[in-house]
Amino acid sequence: MQEEVKNIILGEDEDYIINVGPQHPSTHGVLRFEVSLQGETIKKVVPHCGYIHRGIEKMCERDTYPQIIHLTDRMDYLSAHINNEAVCLCVEKALEVEVPEHVTYIRAMLDELTRIASHQLWWCAMGMDMGALTTFFYGLRDREQILDIFEESFGTRLIQSVNTPGGLMNDIHPGFQKRVKEFIKYFRKKLPEYDQLLTGNVIFRERTEGIAPMSREDAIQFGVTGPSGRASGFSCDIRKVDPYGIYPKIHFSEMLRTEGDTLSRYKVRIDEMYESMNILEQLVDNIPEGNFAVRMKAVLRLPAGEFYQRVETARGELGVFIVSDGNKTPYRMKFRSPNFSNLFVITKLAPGYKIADLIAISGSLDLVIPDIDR
Amino acid sequence: MIMSFNIYDFSGLTRSIDNGLREIMSPGWAIFIELAIIGLVFLIFYALLGLFLVYAERKVCALIQNRLGPNRVGPAGILQTIADLIKLLMKELIPLKNADKLLFNIAPFIVIIASFMAIAAIPFARGLHAIDFNIGIFYVIAVSSLGVVGILLAGWSSNSKYSLIGAMRSGAQIISYELSVGLSLLTIIVFAGTMQLSGIVESQANGWWIFKGHIPAVVAFIIFLIASTAETNRGPFDLAEAESELTAGFHTEYSGIRFAFFFLAEFMNMFIVASMAVTVFLGGWMPLHFGTDNAFNHIMDFIPPLVWFFGKTFVVIYLIMLFKWTFPRLRIDQLLTLEWKYLLPVNLVNILVVAFLTLMEWHF
Amino acid sequence: MESIVLKQHLESLVPGIVFAENRQYTEVIVPADLLHSFCKQLRFSAELQFDYQISLTAIDWKDHFMLACHLTSSVFRHILVVKSRIDDRDHPSIDTLSDIWKTSEYHEREVYDLFGISFRNHPDLRRLFLDEDYGFPLRKDFTDESRMIVR
Repeated sequence: MQEEVKNIILGEDEDYIINVGPQHPSTHGVLRFEVSLQGETIKKVVPHCGYIHRGIEKMCERDTYPQIIHLTDRMDYLSAHINNEAVCLCVEKALEVEVPEHVTYIRAMLDELTRIASHQLWWCAMGMDMGALTTFFYGLRDREQILDIFEESFGTRLIQSVNTPGGLMNDIHPGFQKRVKEFIKYFRKKLPEYDQLLTGNVIFRERTEGIAPMSREDAIQFGVTGPSGRASGFSCDIRKVDPYGIYPKIHFSEMLRTEGDTLSRYKVRIDEMYESMNILEQLVDNIPEGNFAVRMKAVLRLPAGEFYQRVETARGELGVFIVSDGNKTPYRMKFRSPNFSNLFVITKLAPGYKIADLIAISGSLDLVIPDIDR
Repeated sequence: MIMSFNIYDFSGLTRSIDNGLREIMSPGWAIFIELAIIGLVFLIFYALLGLFLVYAERKVCALIQNRLGPNRVGPAGILQTIADLIKLLMKELIPLKNADKLLFNIAPFIVIIASFMAIAAIPFARGLHAIDFNIGIFYVIAVSSLGVVGILLAGWSSNSKYSLIGAMRSGAQIISYELSVGLSLLTIIVFAGTMQLSGIVESQANGWWIFKGHIPAVVAFIIFLIASTAETNRGPFDLAEAESELTAGFHTEYSGIRFAFFFLAEFMNMFIVASMAVTVFLGGWMPLHFGTDNAFNHIMDFIPPLVWFFGKTFVVIYLIMLFKWTFPRLRIDQLLTLEWKYLLPVNLVNILVVAFLTLMEWHF
Repeated sequence: MESIVLKQHLESLVPGIVFAENRQYTEVIVPADLLHSFCKQLRFSAELQFDYQISLTAIDWKDHFMLACHLTSSVFRHILVVKSRIDDRDHPSIDTLSDIWKTSEYHEREVYDLFGISFRNHPDLRRLFLDEDYGFPLRKDFTDESRMIVR
């Protein structure tokens, strides 16, 4: 078995193998790429994950449903709220509980704010990986506005854990709507700056246009969802395909592009930021009055059976699969994480390009490593 | 001796020091003492300038990134570099297991020596010019090319794949861009008719070459700026030490004071390149003159030449620093394509145009 | 495709499948040796076109394993859950689906890593997250006294 393993990974003996990671400024998290090179050109990329495997699925078999929500924050921490919402929706679906409309509006607004914050951090990191070190500061400066909104209402910046089966743990702060409106006004002026700084830059274009195109068939075959899949023309936005919460009532469009190269993956995310602001504008003035939670039993026991919920995080489709045998803890809980599928398409995209392109490609796929390993 | 200290013309001062020493001791010893004095002055200058440039880079970077920069250590943070230097001095010099010890230790020194030798040839003011060859520009270009040897040795002797890739990239880049640097300087040599640096500065007494040489000189200046940013491994051309890709490239394995040498040498190279640009295109220490003898020139002459020289150099350094913090990085094949397919043909055509213009005397 | 029509269609593909109770999606339990040919027909038949495999996982029911595969179609947008029962607990194995959907290759590696189910004809069956000599953690009979906290 060891010899077979060696042959698969190393290829011929003359290959020049280099390790990118696990400690590396550009792989955002601990991930190792074993790259076999010929000169500067990549012949083969083998990703090795598992450096941050924490056994979340096994822990879920021991914890009760409200406790599991706090574990899901730590998977894809940049879309923490959306992860929480996925578990809550699944549990509410199983218990057939209807949450008040007030809650669905707020959940959708927090979803979109989280999406914008996640894309801002992605933009920071992508510019920095390509060498434009200033983008890091510009993106973080704008992201602080969103984090301040979260902190005012819920006390935490990145990982909210404010969702609970039946609603939210506490209501929003009275100044929430005003701050969201101020943020939208502020960010609408700043977002074109992002285009001026990176998108129009000749050097950036040379490094991203036409690099590593992903065909639609590859996207579907590898299960690449989210903005990376939509850049190849794969229409996979769960908010449109399998809507949940308040999304059936909102008017927004799915951002699709067809070229599938690094630049389109970049542009789709910028478009999504604009679209999220449109969604926020539709919601912010119309939050209906109501309770922020439905009264649930102290100990939640799901009926025996299997339940599946799909949501759209900032990176793709997250699936929560609960197998319950009637107890207060799940029998088996599986998270279909978007980054797990998005990662392995690199083995198809990278060969033939240079090492510098590997960084650009993994930046454009926007991977968050703890989500891959769970 | 104090009487001959004229801030506008240092040749009086240097001559009086020379005469004074020759009175006291034999000519051989006098020359030796003078060399020692010049060496000491340059060492101090090098160190102080390095300190200042590192601080300036951090402040310019902060300016672009909408933050403050160092402002704790010393008033407005000016002692920050000294604190960094003390930290680097105290760090452990990690010896490598399979590295080639001799080459590994020599490499930082080669880089520093190359930049030191180049600084000696720059004219700072009238009479304040250490080495004044009649092939001045040729000497500067030749000597700053020695830095490549240091980089390649550093990468190879580190016995690490990352360092090797970084060093190879850097070597290919520097050797390619030397062509553009040399050719763009050649345009002004053709205009001025001399390679001697003091001669080139003197020839700008009636106007800087960038104005007198109109379009070809402006083209040459732009190409020189681009090529020299690539020569010094800075700005959008810093692939060799790309932190986000190869974790510091050829100087990954260096720590402590050896790393400080590479770091310092990079800043001094930037200074050399900026002062070459200033000397050749922007008049060196010559004030801004238009025409020969008029009231405007007399007003401009009032400001001492040292102030002119350093002012212009720092403006060019500021430009080079802005490049680094604004643009993303070029990939190695795009970098080489830029040089061989775009800059080099433009340069060659430019030289033909300049030669024609000089023949027909169609410049100011 | 409507779920009733879907069920009729699926019954005609392969003999011996059973429809299970599921409030959400159509669920099918296929005998393990027919799984590969069934999935191939699901992918390539023109009326079904299940070209996007959402997830592939396994559940340990103490005396048998159940492999659960969620499929959907990018064309018709219908969702199907395909399940297959593996009875052998000592050396569980089943045919691989990685020649039908590329993403199976990695989901199956994860199932192998966490459950110990090996997949026949898999191009590169190695453990994904854990060390070579670690047990199979998601099995119900797995204990690790030094590290696990059991309530």
